[in-house]
Amino acid sequence: MHITQGQFSFLPPLTDEEIRAQVDYAISNGWAVSVEWTDDPHPRNVYWNMWEQPMFEIKDGAAVIYDLDACRKACPNAYIKVNAFNSTRGVESMVMSFIVNRPAMEPGFRLIRQEGEGRTVRYTTLAYSTETPPGSV
Amino acid sequence: MNTQTDGRITDIKERYKGGVLKYKQMGYWRPDYTPKETDFICVFRITPQDGVDPEEAAAAVAGESSTATWTVVWTDMLTAYEDYQAKAYRIDAVPGTGVGTDKEAQYFAYIAYDIILFEEGSIANITASLIGNVFSFKPLKAARLEDIRIPVAYVKTFKGPPTGIIVERERLDKYGRPLLGATMKPKLGLSGKNYGRVVYEGLTGGLDFTKDDENINSQPFMHWRDRFLFCMEAVNRAQANSGEIKGHYLNITAATMEDMYERAEFAKQLGSNIIMIDLVIGWTAIQSISNWARKNDMILHMHRAGHGTYTRQKNHGVSFRVIAKWLRLAGVDHLHAGTAVGKLEGDPMTVQGYYNVCRDTVTKQDLSRGIFFDQDWVDLRKVMPVASGGIHAGQIHQLLHLFGDDMVLQFGGGTIGHPAGIQAGAIANRVGIETMVKARNEGKDILNEGPDILRAAARWCKPLEQALETWKNVSFNYASTDTPDFVSTPTTSG
Repeated sequence: MHITQGQFSFLPPLTDEEIRAQVDYAISNGWAVSVEWTDDPHPRNVYWNMWEQPMFEIKDGAAVIYDLDACRKACPNAYIKVNAFNSTRGVESMVMSFIVNRPAMEPGFRLIRQEGEGRTVRYTTLAYSTETPPGSV
Repeated sequence: MNTQTDGRITDIKERYKGGVLKYKQMGYWRPDYTPKETDFICVFRITPQDGVDPEEAAAAVAGESSTATWTVVWTDMLTAYEDYQAKAYRIDAVPGTGVGTDKEAQYFAYIAYDIILFEEGSIANITASLIGNVFSFKPLKAARLEDIRIPVAYVKTFKGPPTGIIVERERLDKYGRPLLGATMKPKLGLSGKNYGRVVYEGLTGGLDFTKDDENINSQPFMHWRDRFLFCMEAVNRAQANSGEIKGHYLNITAATMEDMYERAEFAKQLGSNIIMIDLVIGWTAIQSISNWARKNDMILHMHRAGHGTYTRQKNHGVSFRVIAKWLRLAGVDHLHAGTAVGKLEGDPMTVQGYYNVCRDTVTKQDLSRGIFFDQDWVDLRKVMPVASGGIHAGQIHQLLHLFGDDMVLQFGGGTIGHPAGIQAGAIANRVGIETMVKARNEGKDILNEGPDILRAAARWCKPLEQALETWKNVSFNYASTDTPDFVSTPTTSG
């Protein structure tokens, strides 16, 4: 299983050089850059753990790579993504987000169906990775 | 007769003595008038009948789209009629028409309308005035509403898109690239189960959205409940397969509002994140469903079915840029706005103008893109334009260059027609988009290097290679029927 969230999940894994190029693009647009990680890749898990604060008014992409390395060292088997945030009025939201680290084995999701009346089904998606307590892997 | 230089009769006895006056005499031609900030301004392209002078034709449009009738009525005097009269205040000859050309004379007529003429928050009401009787009016051979400036005070009477680009992306958790969709094919004849299979294959392959076609409602081969149930099974399976939010635009278009609400409620009950309507349901129905979508956290997809009947011909009808403005007010989240490179009508600059109307915070006058006026959207949410109709993976660099990230790219035949299957088609398009976004961000000149960038990705992605090979010679290079007419003004600095 290979989760395909983010901008570049259909491409071969990005090298550090390629990550740096994307970060530089964000910086050149004046966007804030942040690093986030999680054990729970559920598609509705929008609050991954922040690795340090988002970097506002950042000038040098090396700082992001430095943080990313520290995050990878601390959680090598987690999902890690790099985000860019645009604070312009009318946007004020994420404008880039791509995965830069994955667990060696991605266990994927279980789909649970609860049958209801009139052939309706209530669906629940469970990440196998959350079947053990957080941080225990 | 006591008349002003603009042809107005100001002597009340003369003006209201009964009979038929020229529209100019009735006061609909006011070259001295300066529009107020709270006025609506419309620019009509008019083709007067032979022998009708352009000022009188413009005055007639102003009259017939506001207070006038064909004869003088004394009851005008019970009102502050000068305020209710629309005022034609400027006419420009359309470049490339009239004497010395092979086209009959056309004029851009600028007409101002006082805000008191319109009910707040009602597209039905403004359209009943602005494109009501006037388009059938005999003294004109043809008329076209080219653009409209909507006063900020009136924009603020609308709630606008229920979701908007920003919130849609936050709900889907997808940023920094165009969204990817496909319309299910064949349009007609699939059973619910077979239809759901196409949805499943497309979404699992890598699409963000799949879509009902505009004429999929509840026909004998597939009733709507069956379609909804099978499609939601497909959506949820694909979500679990990919770890990504997926959606299928469930078309709730139906014969009555009661039917549409019933279908919308069922879509909600099944957990769908998006529903779809067709433009042909009409302005009132659109605004009602928009309210429902807002109340129920539903993304609202609009298919502009039918618009070509009145938007395409340059001399008569309503420009799509005006329809797009009205739809942003009425409140839709997705809007088919053209592709420029695909099978359907669309000059690239003109189509960019539609995209800007959907997505700008403030739209600036831009005659090369057909935009006549500045338009402040006063923070109304933004509509996600949808590029759909005869596009394929080999055009991704052109589409991204023309339109940027905030759009949905819908490859229908370009996904389902892939020689190695639907999943392969979806993979090809998704890889194409991600490759091109990455290259653009790296500073590559995608318009020129795009074909090479795609070919390089095709070396490791077989489905993309097959897609590029299959559709390499497909292009739709026909002359556009709808292009802006303007003469660029040379500047001293140039």
